[in-house]
Amino acid sequence: MVNVAHLIPLFPFLAFLINIAFGGKLKNACGPVSVAASAISFVLALFVYQGFRSGGGSYSLGTWLSLGDTPLNFGVMVDGLSIMMLLVVTFIGTLIQIYSIGYMQGDPRFSRYFAYISLFMASMLGLVIADNFVMLYIFWEGVGLCSYLLISFWFEKPAAARAGLKAFVTTRIGDTGLFLGILLLFFTTKTLSFHDLQQISEGHGTVLAIVAVLVFIGAAGKSAQFPLHVWLPDAMEGPTPVSALIHAATMVAAGVYLVARTYPLFLVDPFALQTVAVIGGISALLAASIATVNNDIKRVLAYSTVSQLGLMMLGLGVGGYAAGTFHLMTHAFFKALLFLCAGSVIHAVHTQDIWKMGGLFSKMRVTATTFLIGTLAIAGVPPLAGFWSKDEILSAAYQNGHTVLFGVAVLTSFLTAFYMSRLIFVVLFGKPRSNLHPHESPATMTVPLMILAVFAALVGFVGSPLAHHAFQGFVGGGESSAASQANGGMMILSTVISLAGIGLAYLIYILNVNVLPAGMLSRLNGLHQLLLNKYYIDEIYDAFLVQPFLGLCRISYKIDLGVVDDLVNGVARFVAALSEFLRPMQTGLVQNYLLVQIVGLIILILTLGKLCFRY
Amino acid sequence: MIPLSYIVALSAFLFCVGVFGVLTRRNAIGILMSVELILNAANINLVAFNRYSNGTDALGQVFSLFVIAIAAAGSVVGLVLIIAIYRNGKSIFVDKYDLMKW
Repeated sequence: MVNVAHLIPLFPFLAFLINIAFGGKLKNACGPVSVAASAISFVLALFVYQGFRSGGGSYSLGTWLSLGDTPLNFGVMVDGLSIMMLLVVTFIGTLIQIYSIGYMQGDPRFSRYFAYISLFMASMLGLVIADNFVMLYIFWEGVGLCSYLLISFWFEKPAAARAGLKAFVTTRIGDTGLFLGILLLFFTTKTLSFHDLQQISEGHGTVLAIVAVLVFIGAAGKSAQFPLHVWLPDAMEGPTPVSALIHAATMVAAGVYLVARTYPLFLVDPFALQTVAVIGGISALLAASIATVNNDIKRVLAYSTVSQLGLMMLGLGVGGYAAGTFHLMTHAFFKALLFLCAGSVIHAVHTQDIWKMGGLFSKMRVTATTFLIGTLAIAGVPPLAGFWSKDEILSAAYQNGHTVLFGVAVLTSFLTAFYMSRLIFVVLFGKPRSNLHPHESPATMTVPLMILAVFAALVGFVGSPLAHHAFQGFVGGGESSAASQANGGMMILSTVISLAGIGLAYLIYILNVNVLPAGMLSRLNGLHQLLLNKYYIDEIYDAFLVQPFLGLCRISYKIDLGVVDDLVNGVARFVAALSEFLRPMQTGLVQNYLLVQIVGLIILILTLGKLCFRY
Repeated sequence: MIPLSYIVALSAFLFCVGVFGVLTRRNAIGILMSVELILNAANINLVAFNRYSNGTDALGQVFSLFVIAIAAAGSVVGLVLIIAIYRNGKSIFVDKYDLMKW
């Protein structure tokens, strides 16, 4: 039954067409249409999984087009990695859409929202099953487009419109890298198929390392890695379920998926892998440190995503192929859960400032409980999902001898536990800090939360030593499942780190203990400011990239206005002046015209007569 | 027999009177009458040249009959137009109608 894989993206696309064409008539039925399409896709993905287990594999629907001698197949990639992504994307996507029905109730653009979401799903699923770079690139851009549309969904807000633009432009920089990489790969090796990557990785040497780095630039743009991470926190301007979808299943997962998909290219040269690992490490630590001081419930989660994606990249970069993809999967579950919980909280209290919340636990029991589970999962408390996958990444970094990166990963894990605990301690516990009237959200929102909470808690077991690393065997990272044998010491270390982070947050935010001496605190003020301002990266970009570019635009505008426009206007003005001179000839009096005609006729006759008869 | 040149001169005079009338009359009916003069000048030419060239067939005469008939029809249309513009502008002086400019 693997041969239904190409239908999986088709159903959400169909839902998109229906919702965009008949949205006005369907009204509230738009939501169920999208949900049904995703659910069908999920069932199909299950069939594909079943077929793959019984021996199916990639197939082709025929040749799409030919580039010189290279045929480009309309191929469908069916392997462990793509099936994992198909299942995760359709499953989480379906739940998020069910949730959205409740969350977006009453929005004036309800149908358009679901149309975009379905298109987003279709693009992502198409990206996953693409078996060559060109198809992948097409869907890659589709994902970028949908993220733009959804982030700036409430485009009446200037901040949302700006955020959408920022996301689009920033990822576009990455896309350029990917595009160059694809071109370079094609001109070097004359192939664009993912199936050939393993085979061509021998013999081309350093060129492929450059290709790998270029591809990674694309991945870094989509997955919000260090120099290009600035768009993701701003993307919080979109509706919260969109954030959940972008952060969990679709947009940012695409970058990590791309690196995993083209992994043979990265294996060619240690330099390429090193780049991935270092950039991942920088992003992980940078974002985690910013998250510890941010006061916006969604932005904390956004920086947490950047940080976790950094960890995935780090995992991939140190050679833990299975570790990175495993974390991609577990992260999808608990990050979707966390965002939907945050959405539920925002829905109830109508603010995003965590210092205005507090004491929500007793008011919103379902949301709070699931939020707690998600937090423990991301913090890496055993035996929840995050623990197993984070442990894998730590092991991979340690056993492949990357001591510094191992340290970065450990520190990131500690910070993750700390800022996530800080978030829930402030939001859920303590006393209400302002006059809010929270209420539990409707069932369409809480039921997906509960389902996701169960998965966030349990999904880690598929890759744990308890299940004999079934997941790692499934996605096929032979080298790393050997590396991550049950490692008791690492597990204890990772547990201790998590508990230490949670404990520190407990001391500071629940017991209000002053953990630092008073003098120390004032000295840390500078650091606090630095973190609050996100290392001034936005300001630096603004000063060194945006403003010079705008300056260039202003100069071009002047040239356009002064040279090009004036030239055109000058021509028009010349003609107008000339016509002003000739206009009085036209009097409107018919006898004048006739006089001119007759005089003309006489002159003509006389001239002709002179010419013909020479009198 | 009167020399042909006399008749041609008469015709030319009549034509010039007609053209002068068309160009100078303010009254639209006057212009119409002047046009008739031009046509009649042409008719005189046609009849005279027919008579003086061979005189066996009556081609010129028949042609001038045609011209007279068509001129009658043309005058009808012209008068209708004059009535129409009179209803519009309460005047048949053509210098009042200079709307057809830029």
